[in-house]
Amino acid sequence: MKGFSYLKNVATLELDKDTCIGCGMCTVVCPHQVFALEGEKAVIRAFDACMECGACALNCPVKAIRVDAGVGCAAGMINEWLDSLNLRRRGDGCC
Amino acid sequence: MSYLVPPGLYAIGNPGPTDPVTVTANYKMSYDLVRQALEGRNIWLLVLETHGINVWCAAGKGTFGTGEVVRRVEASGLARVVTHRTLLLPLLGAAGVKALEVQQRTGFTARFSTIRIDDLPVYLDNDQQATPAMGELTFTAAERLVLVPVELVSALKGSLPILAGLYLLGGIRLGFAAPAAFLPLVAWLGAILAGAVATPLLLPWLPTSSFAVKGALVGFLWALLFSLLTGTGSLLEQVPLFLAMPAVSAFFSLNFTGSTPFTSRSGVKKEMRISLPLMAGAVLVGAVAWVAVIFGAFQ
Repeated sequence: MKGFSYLKNVATLELDKDTCIGCGMCTVVCPHQVFALEGEKAVIRAFDACMECGACALNCPVKAIRVDAGVGCAAGMINEWLDSLNLRRRGDGCC
Repeated sequence: MSYLVPPGLYAIGNPGPTDPVTVTANYKMSYDLVRQALEGRNIWLLVLETHGINVWCAAGKGTFGTGEVVRRVEASGLARVVTHRTLLLPLLGAAGVKALEVQQRTGFTARFSTIRIDDLPVYLDNDQQATPAMGELTFTAAERLVLVPVELVSALKGSLPILAGLYLLGGIRLGFAAPAAFLPLVAWLGAILAGAVATPLLLPWLPTSSFAVKGALVGFLWALLFSLLTGTGSLLEQVPLFLAMPAVSAFFSLNFTGSTPFTSRSGVKKEMRISLPLMAGAVLVGAVAWVAVIFGAFQ
């Protein structure tokens, strides 16, 4: 994403090249252009741009992509943590 | 006020069996903006039940998802309304919708179109082909600015008990009408503005990629400005200011990660693990020092 970058080397994204059939679906659904097609296979061209939305893994027809998908939202994570400690009424808060 | 639109199939203009079908969420704003953008055309609009949540957030939750697309296509009898078999989905819905499964279960090919509603007309005129820019997220100053009011209101709401506590403690010692009793409130409100307004707006120009560091830096600058303006004297008076202000600002900056379209869960987790204990420690030491100052423990 032009002009913005987040922490490096933290994303959980993995691409299994042997399984990849080069259909290009990941290059279509990724909103950060993390993937590119090189020859018959997809490659990860911008690993650190991954925001772990999970669109690629969900839409890969051969399950060649793995990512621990979730929303990068501090408030959401604090709420999850409070929920796990039973300190908060469930169901309030943001998306 | 209701932000929900009943889910189902809607007609924009006077569409026929060969006209395209676009899909959106039943968040009123999404629905209204799509209708506005496509005004003057003949097109079908399939509205999914996302309980009034926008496409991106609902896709992350799975409510803008494969199951709902399949359910809505069946419930609306779409296959009898149109003769073609293509659904145009917003690109950000891809985190919840598995195109292949939609096709297997409904016979409709799910095509991801554009990220922004504004690009839809050009996409449609361009033979339903997306340009690279249509699939690329942006986060312009204007796009950040519209998010600031929400951040600000939620930060102020959460701060009310703290502001009350600051005023009460200061007032007991200094008198409730004394100008000095209001200074801590000004300091805290300034730290909120630093973290929830200044940091989001200055985001691309602040150093490092960490939101907490960006926010702490702006909070530090606020502490400096506050110190110069009020002429706070002793070292002990500087401690709460220079510890708590960066921490409070950093906290609200970190909160802004949830409003950006580029922060990953793993990144935010890492940042929180490191910075939350530091913030808590800084605020705690700052609070103790401040109480010591106003109650004159060291005088």
